[in-house]
Amino acid sequence: MAGAIHATGLVKTFGETRALDGVDLDVPEGSVLGLLGPNGAGKTTTVRLLATLLRPDAGTAVVAGHDVVRHPDRVRLSIGLSGQFAAVDDRLTGRENLRMIGELYGLRSRAARRRADELLDRFDLTGAADRMSSTYSGGMRRRLDLACALVVRPSVMFLDEPSTGLDPTSRLMLWDIIEDLVSQGTTILLTTQYLEEADRLARDIAVVDHGRIIARGTPRELKAQAGGQRVEAVVSRREQLDAAAALLAGYGIRTPDVDRPRGMVSVPVDGGVRLMTQVIAALDAAGIEITDIGMRRPTLDEVFLALTEVAPRDTSRTAVGAGAANEKE
Amino acid sequence: MNVSATAPPVPELRPGTAAKSLRDVLVVTRRNVIRTVRIPEVVVLSLVQPIVFVLLFAYIFAGSFSLPGAANPAAYREYMMPGFFVQTLAFATAGNSSVSMANDMQSGMVDRFRSLPMARGALLTGRTLADLVQNVMVMTVMVLCALLVGWRIHHGVLRAAAAFALLLLMGYALSWVGVVIGLSVRAPEAAATSNFLWLFPLTFLSNAFVAPSTLPTVLRWAAEWNPLSATVQATRQLFGNPGLAATGAWPAQHPVLVSLSWSVLIAVVGRTLAVRRYRSAGS
Ligand SMILES: Nc1ncnc2c1ncn2[C@@H]1O[C@H](COP(=O)(O)OP(=O)(O)O)[C@@H](O)[C@H]1O
Ligand SMILES: [Mg+2]
Repeated sequence: MAGAIHATGLVKTFGETRALDGVDLDVPEGSVLGLLGPNGAGKTTTVRLLATLLRPDAGTAVVAGHDVVRHPDRVRLSIGLSGQFAAVDDRLTGRENLRMIGELYGLRSRAARRRADELLDRFDLTGAADRMSSTYSGGMRRRLDLACALVVRPSVMFLDEPSTGLDPTSRLMLWDIIEDLVSQGTTILLTTQYLEEADRLARDIAVVDHGRIIARGTPRELKAQAGGQRVEAVVSRREQLDAAAALLAGYGIRTPDVDRPRGMVSVPVDGGVRLMTQVIAALDAAGIEITDIGMRRPTLDEVFLALTEVAPRDTSRTAVGAGAANEKE
Repeated sequence: MNVSATAPPVPELRPGTAAKSLRDVLVVTRRNVIRTVRIPEVVVLSLVQPIVFVLLFAYIFAGSFSLPGAANPAAYREYMMPGFFVQTLAFATAGNSSVSMANDMQSGMVDRFRSLPMARGALLTGRTLADLVQNVMVMTVMVLCALLVGWRIHHGVLRAAAAFALLLLMGYALSWVGVVIGLSVRAPEAAATSNFLWLFPLTFLSNAFVAPSTLPTVLRWAAEWNPLSATVQATRQLFGNPGLAATGAWPAQHPVLVSLSWSVLIAVVGRTLAVRRYRSAGS
């Protein structure tokens, strides 16, 4: 089996909206792909196509070895889905919800009951197990929804913004569970708006925007793509800002970005600690006082903003994001 | 504890088998019945409504209308009751199925079910069977109430049982119409409102409360061939309740056959459309 998820040229239109405009995805067995994108990018549509809930207008997708259009039934046996909005029966108790899902997967009543008890325990819902789920908090509903997706051991798991609405404790619990699933060989496709989450969980990230994959790679590769290392210096006296920018230009590989409100100059560089010492020495020699200087990689947030070209208007937030967006033009 | 280590890897019932399909239907039916009874006031109100209507009809309408040829209110009550049974069942069942289905669409439960290895159509059949369970309850309450206000069964238990079966079958068929509507609209409120649009014409343009012979030609023809007219006519005959002079229209001459055929036809067409909509839901 070549990859647990293998999709090529997926297209889906809703009336005038081209929700997916040729999406290719490859997720090797046992790995996690983080699908990252702003609202309306096409993340949920991708998940719904792969989980057999929608038929693509064009393109093909093979999930867990089966074509999603030709053999949706076989795909459904191998997947677990936790959609963007928790789908649990509000008038059934947590326990009844899990038993029902187990029975519909094909477990006998006794096995479904045993599995429900285990999951209630694992997801910290035992105390609320016999209450109607309409009485649950948002986080509890979300946990119950995740538990529903794990009733049988799915070989491929789809998690559409799984941590939305979770408190920090539940989020850590979710992360634990995801890591545990991966260690058991489950393939996971998760969509998220939390870059921290993608960074932590996913070995590979695909950035989607306007129904297309606009970048992919490991978090490290994506950060490098948005400009690699940067030197940032904050001057103590604003009148020296331009002088500092001129000086740093000599060390950078591109024109420095100047953030006036913060008195900060930042420039992409091609070098390590030695370069840094040279910069500090040069600033000192030129009599430019600095309060802070550092070398850092862009955060995934900045990469994301740069790639999706929604660079912040508020320049005080980050000069790097804006710079990277300029570079792309 | 490790979540996946303890997970049952292979389902014990394979999808595609008759046993699995039957079980899927039962599991969904049970879920829907639980949903109904879990909010007791829903059940109570759904049963109080027919009681109120029976009493209103029996004491207000029966007082001011009269049946041609039989001028006492008791005869009008007997005449009116089968039509009333049909109307109440039609509204109850279509309301239940369409609103519940639209609810499941809106709440994401349809997506949840569609991502499971369930028999195709099990969710829908489970919906209509749960409606049938509720129809039996509504029917029982309505019949008891009708007996209290003077309605009677005249031709014995067997024929009465056949009449109830025809009523429930028609209710079951209309439940499929409700499912199609529920899968087609985008909100439960729309489903609830849309029922008035087709059920009021359907029930009033029938022989339930008026004589088709008094209507202009086109409307009369529609009323004579109306599936509900056949069911009303058939149950009047089977219960032995007074009817109107037969118009000579073919459906009025063979009401049991016509009612049965309509019910089967509506159920089959409704199910086919519903399954098609279900499979492409959300796209
Ligand atoms: N059922 C639908 N009908 C019409 N438009 C839809 C439907 N589902 C999604 N869309 C549109 O498709 C685009 C992608 O949506 P979606 O996949 O939900 O994005 P995301 O999950 O990344 O926020 C959006 O423009 C959205 O409005
Ligand atoms: Mg989404």
